[in-house]
Amino acid sequence: MDLYEYQGKQYFARFGVPVSPGAVADTVSEARARAEELGFPVTVKAQVKVGGRGKAGGIQLAYDTDQLLVHASTILGMDIKGHVVRRLWIEKSSDIEREYYASFTLDRSAKLHLCMVSAKGGVDIEEVAATDPGAIARLHVDPVDGLKRAEAERLVEEAGIDVEARAQAAEILLKLYECYVSGDCDLAEINPMILTPDGQVRALDAKVTLDDNAAFRHPEWSEFAGTEELDPRELLAKEKGLNYIGLSGSVGIIANGAGLAMSTLDVVNQVGGSAANFLDIGGGANADVMAAALEVINTDEAVRSIFVNIFGGITKVDEVANGVVEALRRVELRSPIVLRLDGTNAEEGHRILAGHLSDRVVVEDTMVGAARRAVALAGSGRP
Amino acid sequence: MSIFVDEHTKVVVQGLTGGQGRFHGLRNRDYGTKVVGGVTPGKGGSDVDGVPVYDTVAEAVAVTGADASFVVVPPRFAPDAIVEAAEAGVRFIVCITEGIPAQDEALFFNRLRRDHPGTRLLGPNCPGVISPGKCNIGITSGAIALPGGPVGIVSRSGTLTYQALHELSQQNVGQTTCVGIGGDPVPGTGFIDCLSAFEEDAETRAVMMIGEIGGSEEERAATFIAEQMTKPVVCYIAGVTAPPGRKMGHAGAIISGSQGTAQAKMEALAAAGATVALNPTEAAELMVEVVKNLA
Repeated sequence: MDLYEYQGKQYFARFGVPVSPGAVADTVSEARARAEELGFPVTVKAQVKVGGRGKAGGIQLAYDTDQLLVHASTILGMDIKGHVVRRLWIEKSSDIEREYYASFTLDRSAKLHLCMVSAKGGVDIEEVAATDPGAIARLHVDPVDGLKRAEAERLVEEAGIDVEARAQAAEILLKLYECYVSGDCDLAEINPMILTPDGQVRALDAKVTLDDNAAFRHPEWSEFAGTEELDPRELLAKEKGLNYIGLSGSVGIIANGAGLAMSTLDVVNQVGGSAANFLDIGGGANADVMAAALEVINTDEAVRSIFVNIFGGITKVDEVANGVVEALRRVELRSPIVLRLDGTNAEEGHRILAGHLSDRVVVEDTMVGAARRAVALAGSGRP
Repeated sequence: MSIFVDEHTKVVVQGLTGGQGRFHGLRNRDYGTKVVGGVTPGKGGSDVDGVPVYDTVAEAVAVTGADASFVVVPPRFAPDAIVEAAEAGVRFIVCITEGIPAQDEALFFNRLRRDHPGTRLLGPNCPGVISPGKCNIGITSGAIALPGGPVGIVSRSGTLTYQALHELSQQNVGQTTCVGIGGDPVPGTGFIDCLSAFEEDAETRAVMMIGEIGGSEEERAATFIAEQMTKPVVCYIAGVTAPPGRKMGHAGAIISGSQGTAQAKMEALAAAGATVALNPTEAAELMVEVVKNLA
């Protein structure tokens, strides 16, 4: 789960990473009240989970109430790359002497944590990595050993952080590492980490991605859950416990297993169609799960045909077939459905379906054959 | 021959007394796997359908001589279970548990790498390993595998592995070993570990590799294939049409920008001399041809 900047900063603060004082505001009047409490100048920052806010005009400086009212009303409701701004972070403005970069993430190739620090912060770090790779100092951290103070000190020096900022920057690295590990982050990134003219180093932005698998030991994360941006189809699927991602095509997809589901998207594309979604019903799919999956797909008005691709391993094809029959009884499907069912108990599954087949419910033997049929039906079928 | 596990492998099931552990553990035993014991703290002395249960892995190993472990416990207990198995001297650990935090995975992977270099971990979040006719540890249905080789399979995806096994078996092409490495951020065993083992295995004469978007393991495997593999490799990579930046179920299957795209992986593998299929069915068909042409 990605956090908003304000949530990321609040998360940082729990681990002692210094951030500027600030507060959230959902309306122009709230923005005004928060700004007056903080004292001008303040920075008005759009809270969206997408990069490039600044370029889109979503970050503005306000020296007084008049400017604040203009910026707050302009930014609230602004559309930034498809993300509508519903919340602002009003922050006490910082004078900036220098901008640095610091982050922790997992290096999957090395299977170690990777700390990156650069004196060239404030810009897209991937850009820096591509054009000036030497400007980023890297350190692999073995999770068994953790990050040592001496290593953090050496790293900020190697990165070319200004002498007067090094001690504070090294301290921030140690705290950010603690946040990354104990806070179960997939990514903890500060860009920029700033040095102020009066010699303070702190996080001016926060990019935090939490590891959803660790939610069981972080009851405090529940406060973030309600603020997630989900498409309505994804919200419904989540309520039903399904692994669903909305896409923009016309063939609804249901498969078991992430790999098979991805592969199903690919095959539909290869035969000239496009998928309306990714939907993995998982390993132990039973009748209820299948019925729920069909219900979710049925709410998508762009869907013109449905392709159910099941390979029974643990999932038993006869149970899937029962699920389809049950779903046909419960849900009035708007689109024709093409089934390809193979693997454990496939014969029994086909026997169960035999009495329910029609021109709206068809079976194909192979994945490619079923994809062709579904794409043909999506082309000609009525919704 | 086979890789990692064979008819001599003795397995303890950590979590045998749980619902999942019982189901899969007994299923593996019924396939013919030497399931010699179970481990559940506090339940030592009992049994599950005749399989004796011990309190600790060390005790189970001492009594039964087990050299492999099958970890089927919930995410919060899996890290300790894996380290316990390694400390007990188990040489091969299969963990199917889904949903282990990445920080835990990184920690126990490195602990094993440093303190127990002789222990191989497969998974977490993987379907397991099957050497058809000899040993099955995990959740793969033994019924869809065909003993006798000559094909070795390594895959990041569960259902695509089953699909590949099934299609090859239908064409009467057998398998030496089929390894599901799983799609988590820190897999204990990777593509290269398996490719290298298949290259050394006399009975394996061709390898099918099934990858996914995300990470750079397939690209690294391509380099290995180009430099070290003499046996033919047929590949399939899922996720050509996956939208960037979204997690597609597996924690591993995520891409950002052009890094880790299916296209980049397919190009790297083709350049390495592997045969690249566009879908799982085609991969099986191409493998059937490869096997026909083996001298």
